[in-house]
Amino acid sequence: MDEQARREYWRSNLRLMAVLLTIWALVSFGAGIIFVDALNNIEIAGFPLGFWFAQQGSIITFVILIAVYVWRMDKLDKRYGIDEYEEEVHHS
Amino acid sequence: MTDIQAWTLVFVVITFAIYIYVAWASRVSDTKGFYVAGGGIPAPANGAAIAADWMSAASFISMAGIIALAGNGYAGSVYLMGWTGGYVLLALLLAPYLRKFGKYTVPDFVGDRYSETARLIAVVCAIVVSFVYVAGQMSGVGVVFSRFLGVDTTWGVIIGMAIVFCYAVLGGMKGITWTQVTQYSVLIIAYLIPAVAVSQKLTGIPLPQIGFGQILEELNALQADLGFASYTEAFTSQNMLNMILITAALMFGTAGLPHVIVRFYTAKNVRAARYSALWALFFIALLYTTAPAVASFAKYNILGDVNGVALADQPNWFNQWADVGLVTGPAAEDGTLPPVSDLNGNGVLDFTGAGSDVANEVVINNDILVLASPEIGGLPAPIVGLVAAGGLAAALSTASGLLLVISSSAANDLYHKRINPKANEKQQLLVARIAMAAAILIAGWLGINPPGFVAQVVALAFGLAASSFFPILVLGIFWKRCTAAGAAAGMTAGIVTTMAYMIWTIDIYGNSEGIWGIHETGFGTIGMLINFAVTIIVSLMTKPPSEAMQHLVEDVRYPGRTELVARHAAGEEIE
Repeated sequence: MDEQARREYWRSNLRLMAVLLTIWALVSFGAGIIFVDALNNIEIAGFPLGFWFAQQGSIITFVILIAVYVWRMDKLDKRYGIDEYEEEVHHS
Repeated sequence: MTDIQAWTLVFVVITFAIYIYVAWASRVSDTKGFYVAGGGIPAPANGAAIAADWMSAASFISMAGIIALAGNGYAGSVYLMGWTGGYVLLALLLAPYLRKFGKYTVPDFVGDRYSETARLIAVVCAIVVSFVYVAGQMSGVGVVFSRFLGVDTTWGVIIGMAIVFCYAVLGGMKGITWTQVTQYSVLIIAYLIPAVAVSQKLTGIPLPQIGFGQILEELNALQADLGFASYTEAFTSQNMLNMILITAALMFGTAGLPHVIVRFYTAKNVRAARYSALWALFFIALLYTTAPAVASFAKYNILGDVNGVALADQPNWFNQWADVGLVTGPAAEDGTLPPVSDLNGNGVLDFTGAGSDVANEVVINNDILVLASPEIGGLPAPIVGLVAAGGLAAALSTASGLLLVISSSAANDLYHKRINPKANEKQQLLVARIAMAAAILIAGWLGINPPGFVAQVVALAFGLAASSFFPILVLGIFWKRCTAAGAAAGMTAGIVTTMAYMIWTIDIYGNSEGIWGIHETGFGTIGMLINFAVTIIVSLMTKPPSEAMQHLVEDVRYPGRTELVARHAAGEEIE
């Protein structure tokens, strides 16, 4: 990769991370803690919504966030042609 | 021997025979296999191993009990969100880059990226954190054995030590990884079967994650009748500030824990490291979304079965756990827990909360909830035995992973890097095995004589990991300008403030309220922020790292072969 491509690759990576980490914070600290009282006024399938986010929704979202990350990074690696290398584990 | 004991013995013997066979079948003879399993573990298997390594006796045995009893529902969410949310940070910010850097351990990364002083600080932290955990696991093993097999706790621990010794010393990382894959299968089956059965029985829905919504309203009403705070309402036992700080400390602590990070080096390449994180969290989420359901079902059953029933008519599980002193009466003045009795003489036991006009007469230990829940839910003896085997799998898999971190820190980071750099393969492996054996002996001793403050020290371990490792790992990758002096100063500042706060808030000094009521478990977050600030300020005040180092850090950001990382990996000095 030349200098230009490297910079673009890294910027795409950072942008993806920023989006995913924002969702990470909004779901756990936001829906699960800060806005929990307001959300608890809504009830779905027996669950007060804020309580559901704290005990189920946030965990499910975390799994989805990492899934989106690995999927997008695979695509990014492919676009920059760095998806075919197999690295060795290094001795020190 | 009762039915339950017989079934427990059957399951424990069968599962342990499998673990030892797996360890023997995948034994190793070189350091690469010993530390990182030759880097040849497929991502789903690696994910399952990480999940088993990560989910300890605390996750399997204690968590549901803490949610149901100590945290009263909502407050227990700090563990659920904290211990899973950390994996998002690990997957996005650390795992792929540390894998690319390609070293065995966290101290190795710290030593190569920063300096020898920083490496030494990191070695000390890694060993302390790991020992604290391992002591807890060993005493967990002792508890399970003593209840189900009727042996002394000490003997329970010794049996556990012997088994860990066999597969950890023989197999190293490769043996441990495949054994942990097996252990994950055992522990998740053991957790899900009773949860599904109880959910089906109580709600008619076999999926506990959905089923427990059906009983929450009734549970809240039941709790209100008995004077407990509402189960689903927020901030009844922990305020918002502490909820945020504790959740964050567990998240950042998870992302900085040396025994989890080391697992990403067992992945084949950068891509496999990303996938390992995904599989790991997926496997962990299966248990972590089930735990709150188990908690609410058990609380619901206990409130219905125990309260208002005479001591002589209490269910079987109640009497059995009362016999081993884990169901008791309320604490006496001197802190001891007397046997259950009908204190107010009304002929029945009252299991009530602080808001009730009748005083509580029953205290249930958090740790028995999961082990007892099949019995509480009225499930047959084989399932109870299966759960015991699952609890042992959880405790032993974590113990062996931690012992590996301790032995590799001693053999690789201390012996090979500092004492005898010319050591050959064979010598290194011998030192690693001796260190492992010594670590098992010390861990066993700690398990038999647990320090009285285990719970507090475990919290400190998370705070330590968050406040020492997380900032310097992240800055080491994302900020080329971060210097060795900055990292050493930041790590030290983070640990020292966190430890100082912990010690300062111990009851004997009369400061247990802390500053602004901040719980000591949550202070790791503050320590981490201090670490970030100090690292950045000192880095800006000191000379930037060498050109070569800055290039190396940049190279780590791209998968595939890059020149500098390859040279660094070949052992060349990058200065």
